[in-house]
Amino acid sequence: MITLAFLILLAASVAAYVWNYRAAQSIRKQGTRLSSVSMYHGLYALLVVLIPVVLLMLLWLSLQEPLLERVLMRSLPQASALDDAGARQLILAEIRSIAGGRIFGQPEEWMLVAAERLNQMNQYADRAMIAVQLILVTALFWMCSRRVSASFKAREKTESIVNKILGACCIVAILTTAGIFISLVLETVRFLSFVPITEFLFGLNWEPQIPMREDQVAAEGAFGWIPVLLGTLTITAVAMFIAAPVGLMSAIYLNEFAPEFIRGICKPILEILAGVPTVVYGFFAILVVVPAIRNVGALIGLSVSPNTALAAGGVMGIMLIPFISSFADDALSAVPKDLRDGSLALGATRAETILKVVFPAAIPGIVGGILLAVSRAIGETMIVVMAAGLIAKLTINPLDSVTTVTVQIVTLLIGDTAFDNPKTLAAFALGMMLFIVTLSINVLALRIVHKYREVYD
Amino acid sequence: MARRSQELLSIVRSGIGRRNRAQIVVQALGISAILFAFLTLLVLLGSLVASGYQAFTQTHIEIQVYVDPEKIKEDKLPRGDFRGLLQTAILEVLPPIEGRRTQRDATKILSNGAQFTLRDRIVESPELIGRNVVLNIPASDPYDQLNKGLIDRDTPEEYRRLSNREIAWFDHIKSSGAVSKPFNSALLFNADSRFPELAGLRGALVGSFWALLVCFLISFPVGIGAGVYLEEFAPKNRMSDLIEVNINNLAAVPSVVFGLLALSVFLGWFGLPRSAPFVGGMTLALMTMPTIIIATRAALKAVPPSIREAALAIGASPQQVVFGHVLPLAMPGILTGTIIGLAQALGETAPLLLIGMNAFITSAPVTPFDSATSLPTQIFIWADSPERGFVSRTSAAILVLLMFLIIMNAVAIVLRQKFQRQW
Repeated sequence: MITLAFLILLAASVAAYVWNYRAAQSIRKQGTRLSSVSMYHGLYALLVVLIPVVLLMLLWLSLQEPLLERVLMRSLPQASALDDAGARQLILAEIRSIAGGRIFGQPEEWMLVAAERLNQMNQYADRAMIAVQLILVTALFWMCSRRVSASFKAREKTESIVNKILGACCIVAILTTAGIFISLVLETVRFLSFVPITEFLFGLNWEPQIPMREDQVAAEGAFGWIPVLLGTLTITAVAMFIAAPVGLMSAIYLNEFAPEFIRGICKPILEILAGVPTVVYGFFAILVVVPAIRNVGALIGLSVSPNTALAAGGVMGIMLIPFISSFADDALSAVPKDLRDGSLALGATRAETILKVVFPAAIPGIVGGILLAVSRAIGETMIVVMAAGLIAKLTINPLDSVTTVTVQIVTLLIGDTAFDNPKTLAAFALGMMLFIVTLSINVLALRIVHKYREVYD
Repeated sequence: MARRSQELLSIVRSGIGRRNRAQIVVQALGISAILFAFLTLLVLLGSLVASGYQAFTQTHIEIQVYVDPEKIKEDKLPRGDFRGLLQTAILEVLPPIEGRRTQRDATKILSNGAQFTLRDRIVESPELIGRNVVLNIPASDPYDQLNKGLIDRDTPEEYRRLSNREIAWFDHIKSSGAVSKPFNSALLFNADSRFPELAGLRGALVGSFWALLVCFLISFPVGIGAGVYLEEFAPKNRMSDLIEVNINNLAAVPSVVFGLLALSVFLGWFGLPRSAPFVGGMTLALMTMPTIIIATRAALKAVPPSIREAALAIGASPQQVVFGHVLPLAMPGILTGTIIGLAQALGETAPLLLIGMNAFITSAPVTPFDSATSLPTQIFIWADSPERGFVSRTSAAILVLLMFLIIMNAVAIVLRQKFQRQW
């Protein structure tokens, strides 16, 4: 049905193009000079037909299902009697799967009827959409076919439409940010209705288990994010402990000492490290790094837990080496040549020049790069999901098993779709904190880098 | 004066050795930093190849099965005792075995999927009933490992995955020449399975293909549109500044946050299906868009103003200038940026986990709305599986993923080398 609708639309807009193009050509053949070339008359018709109808169809398709399902659920006495949103969701999911032809076991009679009705309504809605679409297409076609004339400024009109389309593309970027922000805020507010904000921000316990049944005596669930934050910071610290010195030293060497051809070989190879997907680093951590750390630990008589912060952080550090190295390289290259030459002319060795003159001058840029790397490390997910632990402990010992914000988000949400318990909502609250923290670090870093560039330009 | 400079010179000379040594230390530190990075890269790739190359072959056992008309009735094919047929067949090649339980153990040499292969074969051509069929069947995981030398025969029996008797069975079959080790086509052409010897990447490859296609179809036009608008047509005011800051920050938002967005907006509000490559593609498109916008703007900036001015001078409108002249010249740069963005999207895992693309699905998706996995999420699933055989398969899957990334990046580099002009 949807394919048919899109085919109709495609055919109609092409027809509109051809129709208006022909009309303009015939005016031209009569010897009248057109204000715009015939092609623009065609393009104008194509856009006028295509765009409103595409928008209508997208809107219709995205609203049809939720609206129909809401109507259906309202009409069902068995469902509207339930107070629990989760139970209603379950009923809806079952009806949906029956309607899709996937029947498990023996569903109740009223469910079969409801599924039948859902299919029926969907069918009506599809037909209605095509009818509305046909009416709209005809109206638009008729409207723009009347506008072809020698004096009609088709090019200006077309260009103003195109300009609006391009502007709308930018809006998508804004909408993405707005979408992230709104969805995180909404879910976080719901989370805070279960857990007081002071407990979330300052609580020292993170045990996101909630009782599955009313009578369960097990854990109450505790949602204090401090231990999770500490774990994140521990792993980030380990990562930076490896990435910062290695990245900086390699940048200094490549920028100052390496001959051109070595630089030409080394930089792309370092970039490879940056292009490896993080899930590969995660597997590398469990395949090689974790056993290696365990063996070394056993050798010197230390008991090392299997999911140490050291393994996850170390592998993350390797991932960040090229990131820091390229930022530091850019910052060192941006230092004016005068400073370097002046220092060398005074008799300083090249090492002294780079360490005492160029490096200090490049520090703002380097700090900016390191801050961006920190924000990467905080937001990095796959390495820690695969190599770090699940249990939040109040510790900063890198040999201990710690968990991170991103690990908790993923484990809380995998395989869980209900949106009405603190456990899943907690993931959104953590996501909110993650978004705020990384965003502030990014803004700060970009500002430092920006300010510093202005000084030398 | 001369004496004074003599003195200074001697001070400088006395320190020069120390200072040169300091320089050597700095250089040595730099070189060792780079060597460290290279070494980790080498260990990373080396360990993946070392553990993964074995998964590209699979031990097969050739076996002759008599399709007993007693056990397989043509009118009741799906209910036939195919397992029993295989057991009889395998017991025939082995030395006599006593006890039902041991007999059943012996059948485990063959993959658990063997009965389905046999069933499909007979459903396809029912005239085989009552005749002998020769099948080439994957060996089950432990025996595959044994054949590849991954199970040490010298370890004491109680720590080994196969007992002495089981090893003897396998050696017996092997000495008859029925064991072969061909290329493991199942790895590429089968969908996922609980049994390592049958598990393949087909579902993941198709899922990744759909997701990337959707990602490209959305992010490429929208990204170019936004980039062109910001670079060429946008009025310079607070709005365009805001959009610019916004895009730069969007490029640095952690990927898992995009997953949260997709989960609550695409799945929660719009009710799109879970685990669908379509939703995955839309999520990846949102992440790829900033990359494409930034690449588009850089490529447009690199086109020299003389081109624009020449076109404007002969009467082209600003849009004709952009779409007729500047954009075509900027296209190689934009395409390079797009391919690099898509390569990043191909390796992205976390947002796909949150929208459920880590489900266990034993068939490849047909449309982008079917449940599916993607290459990186499949790697994640296999890395989590306890069976030994999945370790080498995970590495092999990673090698396949890396191969795609290398191809994409190579295309991007070639594009850049071939079409980039120096003005």
